[in-house]
Amino acid sequence: MRWLRSKIVLILGILVLVYTFVPIAVVVVMSFNKLPSEQSKIYRFNAFTLDNWLHPCADPSMCTALRTSIFIGLFATIGATILGTLAAFALVRHQFVGRSSTNVLIFLPMAAPEIVMGSSLLALFVAGGFAGQLGFYTILIAHIMFCLSFVIVTVRSRLAGLSDTLEQAAADLYATPQQAFRKVTFPLVFPGILGAALLSFSLSFDDFIITNLNAGTTTTFPMYVYGVSRRTIPMQINVVGTLMLIISVLIVVGGEVRSRARMRALAGPKPVRADSVVAAASARSSAGALDAV
Amino acid sequence: VRSWKTCEPPAMSETVRKKGLTGYILLAPAMFWLLLFFLIPFYSLLAASLFNQGGSDFRGYTMVYQWSNYSEVIQSYWPQIVRSLIYGGIATFQCLILGYVLAYAIAFKAGRWKNLMLVLVIAPFFTSFLVRTLSWKLILADDSVVVNTLQFLHIVSPDGHLLYTPFSVVMGLTYNFLPFMVLPLFASIDKIDYRLIEASNDLYANPVVGFFKVTFPLSLPGVISGTLLTFIPAVGDYINDQLLGSTQTRMIGNTIQSLFTEANDYPAASALSVILMSMIVVLVFMYVKFAGTEDLL
Repeated sequence: MRWLRSKIVLILGILVLVYTFVPIAVVVVMSFNKLPSEQSKIYRFNAFTLDNWLHPCADPSMCTALRTSIFIGLFATIGATILGTLAAFALVRHQFVGRSSTNVLIFLPMAAPEIVMGSSLLALFVAGGFAGQLGFYTILIAHIMFCLSFVIVTVRSRLAGLSDTLEQAAADLYATPQQAFRKVTFPLVFPGILGAALLSFSLSFDDFIITNLNAGTTTTFPMYVYGVSRRTIPMQINVVGTLMLIISVLIVVGGEVRSRARMRALAGPKPVRADSVVAAASARSSAGALDAV
Repeated sequence: VRSWKTCEPPAMSETVRKKGLTGYILLAPAMFWLLLFFLIPFYSLLAASLFNQGGSDFRGYTMVYQWSNYSEVIQSYWPQIVRSLIYGGIATFQCLILGYVLAYAIAFKAGRWKNLMLVLVIAPFFTSFLVRTLSWKLILADDSVVVNTLQFLHIVSPDGHLLYTPFSVVMGLTYNFLPFMVLPLFASIDKIDYRLIEASNDLYANPVVGFFKVTFPLSLPGVISGTLLTFIPAVGDYINDQLLGSTQTRMIGNTIQSLFTEANDYPAASALSVILMSMIVVLVFMYVKFAGTEDLL
């Protein structure tokens, strides 16, 4: 009884975690489901098959949508990461007029409801006479826009955590400012930039609300899923869902293992803070978002 | 166990901020992008909400300052507006309860499993938003295990269902926005010095009193940012409602979306968007004022 009392919060917490995994388990299991012929039975596990994994592109339009999403994700990530990193450097290392309004402008896109951002962007495109050209490029513009703030916040927090003593040391050792940047600053900030890029890609890849309003006839993966949700759901979407999960968990765990190994090498046994995990995945929801202003 | 907290790295040394043009040059592209594609669109939205209703996206609209657009959409869509606030509110409250338990367990009870549990909190949400919402559709479908069990236990009537009801919509919202609550809560609870809680125990506060007098007040910044970050997307969401709800559960997001993409009624859709945005701004200010942390915003 006393054991139960001391563990009750942990047990409840684990139950909440289990709850968050229920739909994921369904996705994984359903990726091995053979789609039944009767429409009414599609909500039940029918029979085991590997077909979905062996033939992920049984519906070619799904793979087209997937390719579109990956391309948009890559370009949006590159764009947002470059623009955002430059801005983060300016915010931490440089003086300029209008700092607080800049902070507000960076904070707002993270707080505004997506439907409002999406519809106002659509209103802009229509007003500018681009109503007929909605598609790949308008989606890309939108994605860079909403990824930017997250990149800036993530890279800035990494940069702010570094004091410039190392750069000063490099300067004392006769490094030119360019050398100091290339050999000292950039490698130190790089994990933050990488985290920001991964976050951008996952935000872009998963976005539906803003994309749907500005997509015209282009279809991204989330839009494809939305489209088929009213008809027979091809089980291949569960294959994609499972793969997304596996890839991202591998990236997070890999990053954690690397940073742990590095910490150990650098500083002996020292507890690793969960920052690296949380920073990348939670910039969207971190209190840092509110500190931004 | 928590002693490492006391040996934080020394306070950030004063990094010298460089003067000159470079700062502006580095900042310019990002700010230009946000101005052009985030701020100016708000102006377009405001303008579009006052257009004449007879136009179309290809023939163009004319600006006639038609304020009646607002009264018309409020008249036709007030049930959706109220419903969104209620669903969003309930979902946020449920997230707060579930999220608090989880964040507290990770911060104070997980010990060396802390990092693993944090990864596990985020992991489910790496799967596509739409795929995992569709998955709830399977779980709550009429002949699913869950519904059959609940019917067997007489919690759900034999001909009752869970899917396509307000229950399933709120359930989906709660599920999908839970990490937005957990992470800020964790950040805030993790900062609490556990010795304060121990002190309250030493002073004979029972755990419940200790929680409400010590832990909860200290975690308030996390509660506030978590609540806002959950409530804002939940109110404006329409995926959960579209996949798990019915025409009787439509929210404001669904209405805006269908007015834009199906009805092509840009003025009404824009007016509704502006209303949603202003409601959220007002609520955020009220909430932050009420909670007494104006310094947050």
